[in-house]
Amino acid sequence: MASTKVVNIPKGGFSFENCQRNNFMAKQGFPAPKAVKTGTTIAGFIFKDGVILGADTRATEGNIVADKNCFKLHYMAPNIYCAGAGTAADLEMTTLQMSSQLELHRLNTGRQVKVATATRLLKQMLFRYQGHIGAALVLGGIDSSGPHVCCIYPHGSTDSLPFVAMGSGSLAAMAFLESGWKPDMELAEAKVLMRNAICGGIFNDLMSGSHVDLCIITREKAEMIRPFEVANVKGERQGSYRYPLGCTATLSTRVIPIEIESTVVRPVAEESMDTA
Amino acid sequence: MYANPNSIINPSLWPNGPAPGCFFNFPGANVTSTSSSSGIITRTQSPVTTGTSILGLVFDGGVMLAGDMLGSYGSMAKFRSIERTIKVNNSTVLGATGDIADFQHLKAIIEQKVIDEDCADDGFTLKPKALHTWLTRVLYNRRSKFDPLWNTFLVAGIEDGEPYLGCVDKIGTAFSDSKIATGYGAHIALPLMREGLEKKPQMTQEEARALLINCLRVLFYRDCRALNKHQIATITKEGVTIENNIELDTNWEVANFVIGYE
Repeated sequence: MASTKVVNIPKGGFSFENCQRNNFMAKQGFPAPKAVKTGTTIAGFIFKDGVILGADTRATEGNIVADKNCFKLHYMAPNIYCAGAGTAADLEMTTLQMSSQLELHRLNTGRQVKVATATRLLKQMLFRYQGHIGAALVLGGIDSSGPHVCCIYPHGSTDSLPFVAMGSGSLAAMAFLESGWKPDMELAEAKVLMRNAICGGIFNDLMSGSHVDLCIITREKAEMIRPFEVANVKGERQGSYRYPLGCTATLSTRVIPIEIESTVVRPVAEESMDTA
Repeated sequence: MYANPNSIINPSLWPNGPAPGCFFNFPGANVTSTSSSSGIITRTQSPVTTGTSILGLVFDGGVMLAGDMLGSYGSMAKFRSIERTIKVNNSTVLGATGDIADFQHLKAIIEQKVIDEDCADDGFTLKPKALHTWLTRVLYNRRSKFDPLWNTFLVAGIEDGEPYLGCVDKIGTAFSDSKIATGYGAHIALPLMREGLEKKPQMTQEEARALLINCLRVLFYRDCRALNKHQIATITKEGVTIENNIELDTNWEVANFVIGYE
């Protein structure tokens, strides 16, 4: 049994103990597996009633599509959602951890979580890891001081802006946002602009693809629309090579029945439960 | 008085000198690469004064090229009136991204070509596809000698009555399309151009101009090496018009919404 006298508090940050071993193994011909990245297009902007976040749904592993329909819009709090680009595992764990921290904070203060709180917690954590956690986030939410959209970079810097885009498809998405964003947009035109921005990334960036997911956060509720648009449909097979029944002629038939010689019935008694 | 018998028996021209039938390495020869046996001389290049993106769009009845007038000296906006789009003849226009010196070198050669054609006076003029092919050969050859011309060229014009737009880059990759953008324009402007052309494949000249101006504006917002002073070249069956010094109106109202960074 482990000793409970000395409590071993683990050291914070990354442990680089295995690096030498990993290098040795790579030289021997066993390289480390490639991280699953979400080469991505994510965007977020403020419209009249709140915040709208959008993302594509492709996760890549090198040059192969690992997941055709992955979910990049993560829940942080009832009024805050987060779109993530970068290393898939890092994003998933970071947002889960942050989401639980925010819930504890909400219970502790008794108030709705502010977007700036989520931003501050995330940037402090990411800076502590000096960029080794590959998480680039678009955080969006609405709180007592209004709607906010913030982009958070893997090294821990943040930018609070009216419209942002991150990921490999961010240049294409930003082109559409720069052309089309204006203050106080209606929900309908905001959805169209976000769809255009994400589709710009999907069709012009090789690392983004599949469909468009949207998340609309207003004072009343947060609405997740998945998928908002199925931009890439798998092609339907045009013809069938199946041979119809009866096209092969039957020349002769011989039926050999299986003869039953004897039938034995053996009941199996139910064993009583061993309650020793 | 008599010749040295040794020199008659062993007649070498001079010690460590050339031997018949063998390669001779002259002492002090300029061999830069470590693989001395191959004798390849490599001159790595990095561009000095550069131009940023050029955009090209085919519309109904012609082609339009647009680009800004900046020659960047690294991150310094040094030359603010460089014409990176030039008229070759009445049916062809050439636009260049990348090193300005290499572009000016080729520009001089092309201008001389046009003069020679004029002198020949045989009714034939340089067509855009011919210029495109010639450029591809020149650029690929230079790259194969490890001495590239550090440019991406857009050739636009009217070829046999039809609009033509082609692109060649410094390693000799050549293609033609109805919408092309070089440099940062490929990432920022091309999505906008593709969407515009998908919605309306046969644009009018005014619509094409509006689309290109929108793309130029977004590039000015998002490309660090861009300038708010542009050239727009239009090639139709009537001829070539190049407008210089076009300045775009930009909207910086969004600055009012930015307070702090959290």
